[in-house]
Amino acid sequence: MALSRRSMILGTAATGTAAFTLAACGGNGDGGGTGGGSGNDGGSGEAVLANGTEPENPLVPQNTSEVGGGRVIDSIFSGLVYYTHDGKVENEVAESIESEDNQTWTIKIAADQKFSDGTPVTAQSFVDAWNWGANTANAQKSQSFFQPIEGFDVVSADGATADQTLSGLTVVDETTFTVKLVSAQSDFPSRLGYSAYKPLPASAYDDMAAFGEKPVGNGPYMVETWTHDSEIVLVPNPEYSGPRAAQNAGLTFVIYADPDTLYNDLSSSNVDVADQIPDSALSTFEDELGDRAVNEPGAVFQSFTIPQNDPNFSGEAGKLRRQAISRAINRQEICDSLFFGTRTPATDFVAPVIDGGGATDIPGAEVLEFDEAAAKDLWAQAEALQPFSGTFTLSYNADGPHQSWVEAVCNSIKNTLGIEATPQPFPAFGEFREQITARTLKGAFRSGWQADYPSAYNFLGPLYSTAAADGKGSNDGDYKNPEFDALLAEGLAAPDIDAAIEKFKAAEAILMEDLPVIPLWYQNTFGGFSDKVSNVTFGWDTVPLYYAVTK
Amino acid sequence: MPSDARSLRPRAEHFVAPLEETPLQAVDAVDTTSAPRSMWGEAFRVLVRNPVFIVSALLILLVLFVSAFPGLLTSQDPTYGVLGRANQGPSAEHPFGTTTQGYDVLARTLYGTRTSVTVGFFTMILSTLIGGTLGALAGYLGGFFDAVLSRITDIFFAVPLILGAIVIGNRVDHVTVWIVVVVLGVFGWTNIARIMRGAVISVKNQDFVTASTALGASRPVILLKHVIPNAIAPVIVTATVNLGVFIVAEATLTFLGVGLPPTSVSWGGDISAAQNALRTQPMMLFYPSMALAITVLSFIMLGDAVRDALDPKARKR
Amino acid sequence: MIWYIGRRLLQMIPVFLGATLIVYLMAFASSGDPIAAIAGDKPISPAVQQALREQYNLDKPVLVQWLIYLGNVVQGDFGVGFNGRPIMDQIVAAFPVTIRLALIAVVIETIFGVIAGVIAGLKKGTIFDTTLLMLSLVVIAVPTFVIGFTAQFVLGVKLGVVQINVGRDPSWENLLLPGFVLGAVSFAYVLRLTRTSVAEVATADHVRTATAKGLSRGGVITKHILRNSLIPVVTYIGADLGALMGGAIVTERIFNINGIGSLLFRAINAGESPMIVSLVTLLVIIFLLANLIVDLLYAVLDPRIRYAQ
Repeated sequence: MALSRRSMILGTAATGTAAFTLAACGGNGDGGGTGGGSGNDGGSGEAVLANGTEPENPLVPQNTSEVGGGRVIDSIFSGLVYYTHDGKVENEVAESIESEDNQTWTIKIAADQKFSDGTPVTAQSFVDAWNWGANTANAQKSQSFFQPIEGFDVVSADGATADQTLSGLTVVDETTFTVKLVSAQSDFPSRLGYSAYKPLPASAYDDMAAFGEKPVGNGPYMVETWTHDSEIVLVPNPEYSGPRAAQNAGLTFVIYADPDTLYNDLSSSNVDVADQIPDSALSTFEDELGDRAVNEPGAVFQSFTIPQNDPNFSGEAGKLRRQAISRAINRQEICDSLFFGTRTPATDFVAPVIDGGGATDIPGAEVLEFDEAAAKDLWAQAEALQPFSGTFTLSYNADGPHQSWVEAVCNSIKNTLGIEATPQPFPAFGEFREQITARTLKGAFRSGWQADYPSAYNFLGPLYSTAAADGKGSNDGDYKNPEFDALLAEGLAAPDIDAAIEKFKAAEAILMEDLPVIPLWYQNTFGGFSDKVSNVTFGWDTVPLYYAVTK
Repeated sequence: MPSDARSLRPRAEHFVAPLEETPLQAVDAVDTTSAPRSMWGEAFRVLVRNPVFIVSALLILLVLFVSAFPGLLTSQDPTYGVLGRANQGPSAEHPFGTTTQGYDVLARTLYGTRTSVTVGFFTMILSTLIGGTLGALAGYLGGFFDAVLSRITDIFFAVPLILGAIVIGNRVDHVTVWIVVVVLGVFGWTNIARIMRGAVISVKNQDFVTASTALGASRPVILLKHVIPNAIAPVIVTATVNLGVFIVAEATLTFLGVGLPPTSVSWGGDISAAQNALRTQPMMLFYPSMALAITVLSFIMLGDAVRDALDPKARKR
Repeated sequence: MIWYIGRRLLQMIPVFLGATLIVYLMAFASSGDPIAAIAGDKPISPAVQQALREQYNLDKPVLVQWLIYLGNVVQGDFGVGFNGRPIMDQIVAAFPVTIRLALIAVVIETIFGVIAGVIAGLKKGTIFDTTLLMLSLVVIAVPTFVIGFTAQFVLGVKLGVVQINVGRDPSWENLLLPGFVLGAVSFAYVLRLTRTSVAEVATADHVRTATAKGLSRGGVITKHILRNSLIPVVTYIGADLGALMGGAIVTERIFNINGIGSLLFRAINAGESPMIVSLVTLLVIIFLLANLIVDLLYAVLDPRIRYAQ
């Protein structure tokens, strides 16, 4: 099961956006925060300044699951594959990734690859790093990414010792290793660009904490300095020879605690690339930045989950009631009025930019359209079968930027159906998650998903399959439907991507009827860039492709 | 006049004119028929002549009226929000305009009074009970109890009110008005305790207390019947001012997102929600802030006026 | 004198222990699981959760955690934060800004508060006095965050005379407005205290004597009125230092200052108890020391007070 490095931004990291400040008018341009970083000391041209947040952990790929560290990890490490801006999977360190049966994979890496300290990148570099990440003794946050590999149950057991390794990993020679999975998984290669699968140099294991402060990687950049809570200065890695070579003289992540400061710096071109816009400027940033504004569909799906065991939402009446609730929400109005077009109303369960995502032709998709009469009618039918008791509550964590939309959704439901619908805040993300995990949270709760790797399956399997229910994955509502599971399995085993998407869409049609979650909208990729840079492209995962920026 | 005073008279014969030369005038008459004026009666006489008291009392009456009957002043439902009518300026239907969620600002401002007054009033009661009891016990019992209770007061005094409340508010899942009351009460009693302790210490050594003890009254009876009634005046003043402080504290907590949930109509929540629209709609911030300021101001002014009235030194001027 | 200080320092120990215990209990009397917050939207494997829990001692009873924590603190080790960096490093990095902010606030509230208070106290009952008194009431009644936003909006957005966001490495000028906002309420209290105190002392016998002896007005005010009326003011300012540090939570949020207040708010949100307790402990120590200094200042201000034993 996948961990999202963006999960924290969906959850809590965007607290700053929850608005504690005013923004300056973009026009007055004098409030330039505290200026940019000072990392432009290279001889050839100036470094690109980009916004960042303080990484929550030392920079170890297997222990980084949030965006602040993730964007640095992606810049200083290279995986077997990388993702193009539209989510295509291309080989980076790998020369080939092949399998006869989708279960045993043979991975060949390109020869003469080097870490920035000059030591070679070998098959062993990958195998050791993966063993490190999978072993419970090392308590790495991305441990569960190694779950599909044979032997995971041994190294992840409670008392596992540090010297135990994954039995599914075998080094064949200097540049070849094999991976044996516990079952056939056709999309395995597409996952390998995620940070958990990056290699580590041999020197890392002596003192991983120290390594994380000044990591040595094989990516297009290397860390020059990391001043905590202030800036991370990256310079091009001379040893890098792959397809993501830096097109600029360096990359400095300036750490902003607050998006309003970032926005001021962006309007006055004191920062070159920003992938965040404060709430207070959402209504105006496209006008103020003009050509320099970016607002395009992104790979984030937002919804709320109604648990399957909720007595009000079980059985036939529950099905009707879910549909009534869904039709009572005026998604377009909320996207326009509260998000100013930086969200796009959902038409399916998979975000756009992913192959097969953002589809408008899923049978039954009209259930996502606002229709007061239909909503009332569905609700009345449900009431006839089984009367609703209590109030409808929608829980969320108040330390993230969720209050306004939750309130608007509840008002929309309340005004349309004439029932009590109340937002229910949890002060901190931790408590919210804990109650969801323990299944003690009553009523509906907000949910969202940002893909870890570009695949429609990643939006469906981890969230709604029986295998991920009951605490074994992210199916927090415990939705179980064998028909849906079967279609997903067929999709995974399909010979080509189009056939797979066909199956996934059929699976989505089932979701439309059952509505294990109520889809709301996709979060766009939005941000901007300064007038000093060009070639700014935002990736499928909403993170800019920093290496391509020229200044 | 006591007898010894008369016996002194011959020696100071010329100091004061003999009574027969300047007979008693009307002004010298002692009215023995009317009841003696108590400290409170005297204070009240001063109060009703003080414009600060009049103004604050009228404002408080207004605030209490609004919090009791907000529906009389608006026909709008403060919890009815429609995005279709969001961000409107003032109109006949919405005299103060509407919020980003499409709520009527006037209705929310009026109904918010109830939340603030409830929190302020009950927190004041709770904190005065805790602080008053601990302070009175510490002052009256003295010795070891005093040392322990004073250290406990120090401990709570050292943790700022807002800080303690944030830590707790963050730990509680579904905050209600009553939780806010308890949290603020638990951290807000220290100044009452200190004042009560000081007042009790100064009262307990006075003659009438000694007299009661001599007459055989038990210690609890003396504390309750004699000491506390004579020590309570400064406590009441501080409690009135505290009421205003607690109202601000509730708003601050709600503003920080650790107080009342957005479902409750609260000025702190409305101010917090108004921030993002500040550039386009500053009035949305203005109304709840103004209501909050007026309410708090009236209680602080009342406390001020009462303090002046109870203080004989200040009364002269 | 030294004995007095020693005794006071000893008295601080139970207060210090009690305050840390209370904060520790508060921070842990939680249904929330900090590990769940670290994990994010999607579950980390139970084994890793368990390992993290052991690493941060979250698997032990609260009292044991508190004792472990105290033991480490006594050895000068405040532990490691959830982000893998030593707590002490993070505090040291955030501390100077907040100290500067608090200093500005104290200076502003003292200078303006005392001057305005003295004038109002000497001219008691005049229009000037009444106006200042009303102004102080308004400052007390309007919450700090409203004052902060309004000042930021008017001075920063509308007029553009100050920087709206103070940012990472602020200069003294940048901190002027936040410091003023932080000190506003205290300014009002200092003004009122000084006014009452000055008005009382101004009519005292020794002041009349001094005036009668032909001392200049200025001499009377500085030597006889001010010195004698400052004791309650000094007490207040001392006690206020602790409150200022707490108030920094709000002010630093409004102006985006990376100080103790922001650090504390982040830690509270993340349920990072060792950080919360360390910060609050620090604030309590500052508060206790400030109170001690205030008591020592009494002796300077009032020669009748001597700390003999």
